[in-house]
Amino acid sequence: MSEKKTNRRDFLFTATYAVGAVGVGAVVWPMIDQMNPDASVKALASTEVDVSSLNPGKTITVLWRGKPVFIRRRTQEEIAEAKSVKLEDLKDPQKDEDRAKDPEWLVMLGVCTHLGCVPLDQKGDYNGWFCPCHGSHYDTSGRIRKGPAPTNMEIPKYEFVNANTIKIG
Amino acid sequence: MSDHEYTPKSKFGKWFNDRLPLLSLASHLTDYPTPKNLNYWWTFGGILTFCLITQIVTGLVLAMHYIAHADMAFDSVEHIMRDVNYGWLIRYIHANGASMFFLAVYIHIFRSLFYGSYKSPREVIWIIGIIIYLLMMAAAFMGYVLPWGQMSFWGATVITNLFSAIPLVGEGIVTWLWGGYSVDNPTLTRFFTLHYLIPFLILGLVVLHIWALHVPGNNNPVGIDIQKPSKDTVPFHPYIVIKDGFALLMFSIVFAFFVFYTPNILGHADNYIEADPLVTPAHIVPEWYLLPFYAILRSVPDKLLGVVAMLSAIFILAALPWLDTSKIRSAVFRPLYRQFYWILVADVLILGYVGAMPAEGLYLLIARVATAYYFLHFLVILPVLGFKEKTLPIPLSITEPVLGGSSNFALAKNKKKFE
Repeated sequence: MSEKKTNRRDFLFTATYAVGAVGVGAVVWPMIDQMNPDASVKALASTEVDVSSLNPGKTITVLWRGKPVFIRRRTQEEIAEAKSVKLEDLKDPQKDEDRAKDPEWLVMLGVCTHLGCVPLDQKGDYNGWFCPCHGSHYDTSGRIRKGPAPTNMEIPKYEFVNANTIKIG
Repeated sequence: MSDHEYTPKSKFGKWFNDRLPLLSLASHLTDYPTPKNLNYWWTFGGILTFCLITQIVTGLVLAMHYIAHADMAFDSVEHIMRDVNYGWLIRYIHANGASMFFLAVYIHIFRSLFYGSYKSPREVIWIIGIIIYLLMMAAAFMGYVLPWGQMSFWGATVITNLFSAIPLVGEGIVTWLWGGYSVDNPTLTRFFTLHYLIPFLILGLVVLHIWALHVPGNNNPVGIDIQKPSKDTVPFHPYIVIKDGFALLMFSIVFAFFVFYTPNILGHADNYIEADPLVTPAHIVPEWYLLPFYAILRSVPDKLLGVVAMLSAIFILAALPWLDTSKIRSAVFRPLYRQFYWILVADVLILGYVGAMPAEGLYLLIARVATAYYFLHFLVILPVLGFKEKTLPIPLSITEPVLGGSSNFALAKNKKKFE
């Protein structure tokens, strides 16, 4: 019994465990993966939004993939405020130019990066957004300035189809 | 615990018991020797069993009328409230029953903390209890999501987003939990499934909890082992059954008061507004029984560390039998621990209070101090106290403080000194 020599039985044990592990994995994976977004959820089309009626200083909220998207036509003061911020003052440094292709239009996911609440417009210490759940403050570019949220509000993929229509997704 | 062999009286009973010893089990449960000094804080185990059964029975009935679909869930709950015969009663019992369940479990847990019931040889009972408590929180949280009101939706969003704090895989886990890119119908249906499953898991764990209890037997208010079963114990039936029954009756009065007089006081008015993914309620709070942990989450300004602190606050309880280094179980004989115990109770109540308040200004400061103290209690005070504290002399037996002339521990203790 004390001999350490590998014999035929050891080989059979190891081979059986290995095959068993692969088999269990093959059965368990479908059980886990079925909880991931299904084909119908993934197939959710992109959303086109008519923004012709949106005046400067106004925001509309549209639903895209079950999440709110803020489309804000910013005023000149807001743009100036967003551009004047020094990058070293930011928790998640990002230039305003990188967030708003056309400075007048800010399109971003209206989801607080802390725990997913919808921040309130024109609130908080930085004239941007304020999340009522746990007190995160965002500036006029949707960048995190104060509070527990770790990153800026996300910018989704979007484009101007024409002067009046934004396509999100 | 009962060592005597049980033999059924009837011939059929004997035949059956030889094949499946159910009657022996029943005999063990009725004769189970129980310390005769158990006070009313010991009746909450029975009360909790009652709460679990109540939740399972009312839950089964509600599931006959509820529809787990994002478009219909809210209306089906209103249908239960307005149309189903006694639907309002059954739903109010179920909703308030969750609160009563937590009320009882908190008393049960703090009973253990005071009398040192988690200490050797009862560590496994304690850890099973903590797992039951965790499952209770999961079941309560998912149950709160099912009516698909505003608090349901946003509570689900916030709690599931806690997982996004995990580095690298966090976002993937959250998407997996949701079955989509936000809380939506797939989330609701899986929560319903799990909400239905968990009470039965709890039921199984309760059996293990009681089984593990019946190996060493009950702890008791003086926290010493049974010396002589014939002197120190009484059989479970009828003594404890009657005492538990009376306590349950008193508890039911409180329960019924909530159900019939203030059925919505423990809930939140916003949950009578249907879920709207575009609007977060201005002030989002969990149910009262989760508030202390919510306060801990919010008191840490960093997302990941906040989640870690909140989970640690729960899991630290599982390590309690090893963090508390004192050999003396009952706080009755630990003058310093007794004071720290009440400070901890106050600390948890304060955390619960600030958890319901906005996370800013003075409230935030109080939450931070209370969070720091919570961890200080378990990680520093308890381990050190076991070595530093001068404990009072413990009685020789459970019977001694009673038959030693006085039921007053201090007198009995002094009497021992003179002898």
